[in-house]
Amino acid sequence: MSNSNGHGAGAAVAHAHAAPTGFIRKYIFSKDHKVIGLQYYFLALTAVWVGMILSLFMRIHLVWPNVPIPLFGEIKPETYLTLLTMHGTIMVFFVLTTAPQGGFGNYVLPIQIGAPDMAFPTLNMLSFWVTFLAFVALIAAFFVAGGAPLGGWTAYAPLSAIPLAGPGQGAGMDLWITSIALFCIASLLGALNFITTTLDLRAKGMTLMRMPLTCWSWFVTAILGLLAFGVLLAAGVLLLLDRNLGTSFFVPGGLNVSGVVIKHKGGSPLLWQHLFWFFGHPEVYIAILPGMGVTSQILSTFARKPIFGYKAMVYAMMAIGILGFVVWGHHMFMSGMSPYSAFAFSIMTMAIGVPSAIKTFNWLGTLWKGKIRFVSPMLFAIGFVSLFVSGGLSGPFLAQPALDIPLHDTFFVVAHFHLIMGVAAIFGIFAATYYWFPKMFGRMMNESLGRIHFFITFIGTYAIFMPMHYEGLAGRPRRYSSLDVVQFLHPMKPLELFITVAAILTIAAQFVFLFNLFWSMFKGKKASDNPWEATTLEWTTATPPPHDNFGGKVPVVNNGPYEYGVPGVARDYVMQTDPPVPAAKH
Amino acid sequence: MGLALLLVIWVITFVSSYFFAAHTWWLPPLASATGGAIDAQFNRTFLAMGVVFVAAQAGLGLFVWKYRDRSGTRVEYSHGNTRLEVIWTTLTAILFLGLAAFGAEIWAAERFVPAEPGALAVEATGMQFAWYFRYPGKDGKYGRTLAENVDPSAGAEAAIGLDTTDPTAKDDVVTSTMVVPVNRQVDLTLRSVDVIHSFFVPAMRFKQDAVPGLMIHMHFTPAKEGDYEVACAELCGLGHYKMRAVLRVVSQAEFDNWMAQRVAEKQ
Amino acid sequence: MSTFSPTITEPKPRMGGGGGGPVSRFPGGGGGGGRGDDSPDFGETLRRYRLGLAVGLAAVLMLFVSFTSAYIVRQGLGTWDAQTQTYVNDWRPLSLPMGLLMMNTLFILAASFTIEMARRTAFQAAVMAPVVAIPGIAAEKRSPAPWLPLTLLLGFAFLIGQWMAWKELARRGFYLASNPSSSFFYVLTGMHGLHLIGGLIALLYAATIVAFRTRALERKRIIVDITAWYWHFMALLWLYIFALLKFEA
Repeated sequence: MSNSNGHGAGAAVAHAHAAPTGFIRKYIFSKDHKVIGLQYYFLALTAVWVGMILSLFMRIHLVWPNVPIPLFGEIKPETYLTLLTMHGTIMVFFVLTTAPQGGFGNYVLPIQIGAPDMAFPTLNMLSFWVTFLAFVALIAAFFVAGGAPLGGWTAYAPLSAIPLAGPGQGAGMDLWITSIALFCIASLLGALNFITTTLDLRAKGMTLMRMPLTCWSWFVTAILGLLAFGVLLAAGVLLLLDRNLGTSFFVPGGLNVSGVVIKHKGGSPLLWQHLFWFFGHPEVYIAILPGMGVTSQILSTFARKPIFGYKAMVYAMMAIGILGFVVWGHHMFMSGMSPYSAFAFSIMTMAIGVPSAIKTFNWLGTLWKGKIRFVSPMLFAIGFVSLFVSGGLSGPFLAQPALDIPLHDTFFVVAHFHLIMGVAAIFGIFAATYYWFPKMFGRMMNESLGRIHFFITFIGTYAIFMPMHYEGLAGRPRRYSSLDVVQFLHPMKPLELFITVAAILTIAAQFVFLFNLFWSMFKGKKASDNPWEATTLEWTTATPPPHDNFGGKVPVVNNGPYEYGVPGVARDYVMQTDPPVPAAKH
Repeated sequence: MGLALLLVIWVITFVSSYFFAAHTWWLPPLASATGGAIDAQFNRTFLAMGVVFVAAQAGLGLFVWKYRDRSGTRVEYSHGNTRLEVIWTTLTAILFLGLAAFGAEIWAAERFVPAEPGALAVEATGMQFAWYFRYPGKDGKYGRTLAENVDPSAGAEAAIGLDTTDPTAKDDVVTSTMVVPVNRQVDLTLRSVDVIHSFFVPAMRFKQDAVPGLMIHMHFTPAKEGDYEVACAELCGLGHYKMRAVLRVVSQAEFDNWMAQRVAEKQ
Repeated sequence: MSTFSPTITEPKPRMGGGGGGPVSRFPGGGGGGGRGDDSPDFGETLRRYRLGLAVGLAAVLMLFVSFTSAYIVRQGLGTWDAQTQTYVNDWRPLSLPMGLLMMNTLFILAASFTIEMARRTAFQAAVMAPVVAIPGIAAEKRSPAPWLPLTLLLGFAFLIGQWMAWKELARRGFYLASNPSSSFFYVLTGMHGLHLIGGLIALLYAATIVAFRTRALERKRIIVDITAWYWHFMALLWLYIFALLKFEA
């Protein structure tokens, strides 16, 4: 049987478990991808609130440094750096790498390809619990002697390799590395599951080119994760050895830290950077690709039009994935790396802007001559496009090493990655939440609250992160706990105040979302099986789906994923399981 | 709703673009000879990206309003347009790679070539949390420094761990302010005693990481007299925000005078 | 390696959503859907697990690719030596305990051989099972060679041999932090050993299942098959690591 045509899912299932009984098997140690997906989602939800509070404290400290925070006290300079480090770590790993892939990917992928579960459900369960353990290990860093580390989420050596180099660089740093190592292992196991599932469990008729773009995004993301997380794990192992067993992978000789001559010899701080960023760059694509997939899905659904250029979208994602592995050096233009390498990385980095641009054009093309329905998921998908454009366009500045000279390690970079990861990717998560909530919980979220949430967050995040570009242009370096000492920073204080106020208001608006989420789970209007009149397989099955997703009936796919507005058809959408559409090209 | 979205997107685009264009907060006035090319490339990139930014956001806003669901309208069923894809992909590639090519020339001019023969040699040493500057003196050689000798409490020379037994170290002048003559290229050597720091002078459009274990050579040419702040641009620990120094650019005569005084102090 | 071609007993997989009433296509409870030895999804199940393993091994490979690139970079690195005011390279080649390492190589290659025999035996048993199940047919009862326990033994021997190699290296004065070359020796062999222990656990599980638990023969075959491929990978990986360390010296 050729793989590209899928095969009878009924004959192909390797796992075998009946619907579980008992609270523990159903909700705690569940092998059901839907439960696991929700577990990941709620872990990410917890993490994002922790991360947001940390950033709130940071913003308050920058603007009102002497004001003690209730229940927390005054924020000292070393605390600021700790908050910064943990904010970045929590957000990048436990929110952006967890919710889109582990959360929605787990829940939706099997259903969207017509499978009863992931390829290896037990492994899936293990992946979640190891991720959970990793989170516990990370948070524990706050409570050990010395506190949490302060080297940034990038943990550059030797600062991260020498416990003496700062408070929190002792046990806290070891816990950080342990947490990351556990996260790597969990992610690798998860990637294994996603790839095998996508390749092997598609229902009959679900060819690769009929998969929804969400599935493609999870698939490419999993491949990126598979190849990148091992590198971070290796780096973490070497760093642990440098810190605890006297090796010198990253620590050169001849150092004097706080009056102590360090005994290491011959290591290279740049080696850490190469290993870290070889992982780190694919990581940011891991963070954004699922959001792109969801945006494509939602824009098409609510513009009532097929996605513009499905094949181009697939190839663009693949191109982003492949190119994502050869651009890591653009984080290191100022590092002392060879300027010739910098040139090579620069060309590749500019090249990766092309597939991103293609996707943006195609999203606009999807909206063009559509019939747009402004429900909450659509608002956030539209927001994603706007934010991705804004965040993406600062990329070509940073991609040129000559321009990176004034901009590296300034707030221009902070603006760039926050707009893309800290807002656009988050909007992807919001869009996915509003979109799939009815299927997951059988109820609709409140539309008015959704709109309020959208507008305040959309305007608020622009208000927070746009001004950071200006600060960066004027030279404000990153990771400064105070603007008092370096004098050219003084004129930026009004901007800082503006940003902090915007942050407070935007964070406050997230309570609207939180309330809407939990209230609607119990009191929302009951949802039908297909409230959005969408075409993909998850909308063919019951709401919420039964344990094996399709109630014993294996779906057979006849159409592509985005057959909206097909001429000559009575309804304005054709589901993937409907009889073949004459106009369908694939 | 479509109108609300259009207005919000357009207003945000307009307001942000305004502050970019008005240079309300901008790169500081240029004070180096090499920075001019960077600024020019900056403006080119800025113009190109600015046009794209406004066009894309304006287009997005327009589309969400114009193509809102109204009775009587029909969707235009289409899976795409390959010719259009090819066209805009090609244009984008030309734009991005064109910018990259321009930028690469500037980078090459500055970083592929070593310092000029007559450049002024200065060494900047970063440590937690201060910068020290060393001039090699008449012999043109930097004396040996040792980790064991590092002692910031005993003055600038001890701070960088100068090995006073080394004959070439005898004429080294170590200060905490970097003084250089105007219009003369500076051959800067960057090093660090403990962790990674970064030497950043916005006005000179100059930045380079100071990496322990490496002696990194960079050069720039100050073109205007004045005092310029040096900020650390790589997280180095608790005092990262206060690791500040001053680059003082003076006339050649003033510089010679100042250097003579420093040498005299050493006797 | 030929894949299992289901010509004997596997009925054509039922396709499509129509067919009978609400028959559950998704096996509930028990292994293999409780359909006995000729479960029609066996070939696909095997392929799925092999695919999963291949994907997982790609990740393990990346781990060792990272260590290798760190190794290569570190080997050629110069750092600033204050005393001489020049860049120096501090890499000192190791004197490898070649005898021990060669012996261990033999052990792991032998283990590959024995587990491959186990894999093929399991294949034949699975193929023959439906035939043997036909009443009136008696297959020649031969007790199969204990390939899996043998592999276990050889695997343990390898690990112990590695441990002895470590001790020998330490005796020669090369500890973990003595020199970058020794650091990498311990890291590379240690990480390989760690993964090998994982393989031993899998092997223990496989041997126990095969010997004692009643499971469908196909499921046993899958377990042995996957464990075997993992072990082959470990053997290849060891050859690579050994060559890398030897070549540098």
